[in-house]
Amino acid sequence: MYRYDEFDHAFVRQRVAQFRDQVARRMSGELSEDEFKPLRLMNGLYLQLHAYMLRVAIPYGVLSARQLRCLADISRRYDKGYGHITTRQNIQFNWIKLSDMADLLEILADVEMHAIQTSGNCIRNTTADHFAGAAADEIEDPRVWCEIIRQWSTLHPEFSFLPRKFKIAVSGATEDRAALRVHDIGLQLRHNEAGETGFEVMVGGGQGRTPMIAKTIREFLPKAELLSYLESILRIYNQQGRRDNMYKARIKILVHELGAENLAELVEAEWQQVRESAIDLPEAEVARIERYFAPPPFEVSADADLDAARCGDSEFDMWLERNVNAHKQLGYAIATISLKPAGKPPGDITAEQMEVVADLAERFSYDELRATHQQNLVLPHVRKSDLFEVWQTLKAHGLASANRGLINDIIACPGMDFCSLATARSLPVAKEISTRFADIAYQQDIGDLRLNISGCINACGHHHVGHIGILGLDKRGEESYQITLGGRSDKNAAIGEIVGPAFSADKIVDAVETVMLTYLDQRQSGEAFIDAYARMGREPFKERLYANN
Amino acid sequence: MPIIKNGTVVNDEWLSVDDDAALPADGPVIVSLSRWQSETDLLRARTAPLGLLVESHEQIADIETDLSAFELIALDFPTFRDGRPYSTARLLRERYGFSGELRAVGDVARDQFLFMHRCGFDAFQVEDGTGLEAWLRAVSEITIWYQPTGNAGGTLSILRDQLQAAE
Repeated sequence: MYRYDEFDHAFVRQRVAQFRDQVARRMSGELSEDEFKPLRLMNGLYLQLHAYMLRVAIPYGVLSARQLRCLADISRRYDKGYGHITTRQNIQFNWIKLSDMADLLEILADVEMHAIQTSGNCIRNTTADHFAGAAADEIEDPRVWCEIIRQWSTLHPEFSFLPRKFKIAVSGATEDRAALRVHDIGLQLRHNEAGETGFEVMVGGGQGRTPMIAKTIREFLPKAELLSYLESILRIYNQQGRRDNMYKARIKILVHELGAENLAELVEAEWQQVRESAIDLPEAEVARIERYFAPPPFEVSADADLDAARCGDSEFDMWLERNVNAHKQLGYAIATISLKPAGKPPGDITAEQMEVVADLAERFSYDELRATHQQNLVLPHVRKSDLFEVWQTLKAHGLASANRGLINDIIACPGMDFCSLATARSLPVAKEISTRFADIAYQQDIGDLRLNISGCINACGHHHVGHIGILGLDKRGEESYQITLGGRSDKNAAIGEIVGPAFSADKIVDAVETVMLTYLDQRQSGEAFIDAYARMGREPFKERLYANN
Repeated sequence: MPIIKNGTVVNDEWLSVDDDAALPADGPVIVSLSRWQSETDLLRARTAPLGLLVESHEQIADIETDLSAFELIALDFPTFRDGRPYSTARLLRERYGFSGELRAVGDVARDQFLFMHRCGFDAFQVEDGTGLEAWLRAVSEITIWYQPTGNAGGTLSILRDQLQAAE
């Protein structure tokens, strides 16, 4: 993974000192809360219902054991002994004191971490395929370009006061695990006919109150020219994005209003000028960054067969089935650590668990970890013959839920329990659903399913792209929950359709079960929920959900 | 309001003239883009220095060929949240080669100085009471940059290059 050189270190220290001064000016009263707000947001610090919440960046989800131990330490010293993995592959702490902030950032800087641009109207943490550098279906490692984007976007003086936040995702694999099409910019690494590598550039996807699927504005961009092209898109957006209404300020609205073709033309014209400037990195600099992402020293003689790893323990076999994915290196596998045990808030991890996972990463995964936008962790490089031992350790610490990609692998925002924007709670709904479906055999019978919950229209819980989406609303002071069906964030990305009137808090879990039962009754052999929905449409679900009304 | 220019407090010798006010016979004035467009000949005929005020929604690409007429361009920030003038500043400096005074006016406060400076602003109309010391501190808080903007000095790839060359 990328390591800071002396300049990166010096930069982050300067940024911490700058923020320390801003905090001091706030605490002395020199800055009002109104003046301080944009400054703290640029450093990931939110004022929530109970306390400050700090969002620490995990650039493109890549983490080392030392870094995770540091996060464990921070959660003990400055929080309540746990952290929360977010849908931007970051980690949040919910109980931070303003007076601790600068010291906390110093501690993060010691392990090459920061909270820069995890909020605010700027370019946010770039996300990536969480199997990057490991996946069997990878064309090229996207992390090199994620790091290049991270550096370019960090305190970019021109793009720190954009009309609205800006999110970029990158994938280098055939399967889209990075939800490219619901990002402001989605970048897909691919080969052209000449065999060169470049990016397909998609623009204008997003969720929130006006969900949209991104449009491709360039089929193939030579990868060496990525930054000049991104700079051109951002400049057009900065100049022409709407600033009169914050709900219409994302680039998706600009794409919608101009039309993708017109935007593509504007970007192309700007790019012809920008590409002449010094923005694209010299080859030597790209090569320098590439070296950090060289594959670890895999053992060639490792066992090839996953079946050989089975040992007759049905629980372990189930975990292998669900949580282990194919690796590009013979004899290795990718193991997903589910942070979705039944009855617990999705994505929460205790300090002790962080330390256990850090140890495992060090012993079994070349000191590498990933955080996923589905709020789990990943050990990217595990020898197949080590999987059983890894699983045993995970199991001993409540981390072996065999439910990756099943109904209980819920994405949920923090909702009204923590967030001041929320209109309803999401964590209790997630807990109730995961308790209702706790039986792993039941989950497995249902099969592949993505259930996402947001506590308000801002859609931080990605409900628009859940196969089942749940949106928490406030109806005359009562929490109520709207169900959408058929959303997805993969290559066939689609926005879910609202199935009908919302359900009250005490009816929503029954409603989810009704959807499941409808599917189970009517599915064809081997048909996943999302495929059954594509075949049958909304009606059969709607009929059964509202049968008694 | 005080002006900080190139790291010192200077007297503002420029008079901002409203669109409906008469032009003074002499002395440096700043006029709006629309006034420049409607009274180009009259303004060109003056011998005193001419300045241009550009609102954040106005694009300067249209008047690229006029830029040599101005010794000063003031870019207005109606609110600090409006980031459009940062793009305008970079275009003026880097694409159109504008070398006169580039002045930030409007909602211009300490925690934006650094970004503005980096985009090519060299003059800042600041609130009364914003001391030079605060400005000097603000623009020196970060000295290492990942992006080549404004004047490209001090970016990381240049520093890394120098390091490699020295090794």
